[in-house]
Amino acid sequence: MSTQPILSIRDLARRYGAFVACANISFDVWPGEVVAIVGESGSGKTTLLNCISGRMERSSGEVRYRMRDGRFPDLQDLSEAERRFLARTDWGFVHQNPADGLRMRVSAGANVGERLMAIGDRHYGNIRQTAADWLERVEIAAMRIDDKPVSFSGGMRQRLQIARNLVTHPRLIFMDEPTGGLDVSVQARVLDLLRMLVADLGLSVVIVTHDLAVARLLSQRMIVMKSGHVVEQGLTDRVLDDPRHPYTQLLVASIPEN
Amino acid sequence: MTGTDALPAYNFAYLDEQTKRMIRRAILKAIAIPGYQVPFASREMPMPYGWGTGGVQVTASVLGPDDVLKVIDQGADDTTNAVSIRAFFAKVADVATTTKTTEATIIQTRHRIPETPLEAGQILVYQVPIPEPLRFLEPRETETRVMHGLEEYGLMHVKLYEDIAQHGHIATTYAYPVKVEDRYVMDPSPVPKFDNPKMHCSPALQLFGAGREKRIYALPPFTDVVSLDFEDHPFAIQRFEAHCALCDARNVYLDEVVTDDRGGRMFVCSDTDHCETRRTEGHRGTGLPQTEGGETASTSREAAE
Repeated sequence: MSTQPILSIRDLARRYGAFVACANISFDVWPGEVVAIVGESGSGKTTLLNCISGRMERSSGEVRYRMRDGRFPDLQDLSEAERRFLARTDWGFVHQNPADGLRMRVSAGANVGERLMAIGDRHYGNIRQTAADWLERVEIAAMRIDDKPVSFSGGMRQRLQIARNLVTHPRLIFMDEPTGGLDVSVQARVLDLLRMLVADLGLSVVIVTHDLAVARLLSQRMIVMKSGHVVEQGLTDRVLDDPRHPYTQLLVASIPEN
Repeated sequence: MTGTDALPAYNFAYLDEQTKRMIRRAILKAIAIPGYQVPFASREMPMPYGWGTGGVQVTASVLGPDDVLKVIDQGADDTTNAVSIRAFFAKVADVATTTKTTEATIIQTRHRIPETPLEAGQILVYQVPIPEPLRFLEPRETETRVMHGLEEYGLMHVKLYEDIAQHGHIATTYAYPVKVEDRYVMDPSPVPKFDNPKMHCSPALQLFGAGREKRIYALPPFTDVVSLDFEDHPFAIQRFEAHCALCDARNVYLDEVVTDDRGGRMFVCSDTDHCETRRTEGHRGTGLPQTEGGETASTSREAAE
């Protein structure tokens, strides 16, 4: 495994006037690693994710990404064209609400194929075959390939969104509460699928969640946020089994025993 | 009517000179960047949006006293829109009008490109309802502008993919997206895709005006215009099995005309000028009264073949 981080964040801050949404954030993501950002609602998790993934401008700090050719530029120094190209080839973004990440009015096959067409694939048969393969990998029946996502259940939509993101073999995936709106049994299935795909494809993942169970299941490392600051970070098992910061202790204690 | 005294105090061709200068600047920019949508300050015209306000403004700006104007609507010279726009310019610019494609220097059109090939020196002005080819896939104007700027046109193929997935072939039959000079993807206005190949390397200047959306774009003469497609589903134009019932023409765009309430129908040229010209040349279709004997019809068909 590579000894260089794929993503490096230093002193990242995002302010809205005097209000600090997040500040003093520094961490690295290594190839093949899943990092979970946890914390309560309003702790700045999603702002942080948006700043890292270039969906929102940061106020200060740096975010460096290891390109496929080995360069390690700050994302702000890339041109908009490069950033957008990166975002639809090398990266994926899984939204909490699948409707934000899918085109609800075009078929599942076209949703999966869109990224392929965006990078210049012009062979209908190949695009369709690849889309069918990916639907199968995320456990959506091939016969649904021409159905629109509006006719899909919540869990299917989320799996379709995952397939759509993975079709270009990205190296880094951002996830914002990927199981947030799903009921428990569907959650388990999506989590299981994610864990399998992440391991199979060797993806690096930054996942935002308020659900410590999700973090424990998927992530190797964990960052705990409160009021826009990182209060604790470390290996997931260590943080959950031996929380040091009082806030983390409170979080862990709030998980019902079962 | 006693000439100019009886007319209201319009400037030549209705628009004032400053407006025409503004529109001409937009046209020049559009010609300089083929396929790029140039914003312009579209004026209120004495007709509703959707009736060709964009085309009329472009025509008014390029029209000179010596021009000969032809206006077609759905290929026909005698439909309401064509007649009223022709009358409009005859009144406010006092220019000569014609229905003959070969005689016209400016042709304003809605939906069709004349069957008679255009020549150098002619200007074809299109009336465009929605200039943005990406609009129905991406509703945000800010986003579509960035997509044009960065040449991100994958989404256009998503639409064609959907067509094939649903219908087994590319079912888009009009406003079929084209790529201009290997750069901008352009909506060729609602012309049938039958006419798309006529845009490619046309010797005439082609101008597109969208009044409501306030955009002008252009194809200078001899511009590369390629219809988008997939490698395994190449672009193809409509094919008609019938011949024109009036002039027996083949390989032209035909309109289906219902003739009675018992399923009777006939196919006729949508380009009325082309049809009339052929009939004066002696071509006779099967739909014409056979008073001169079936012989004429059959000989003309043999001649055509």
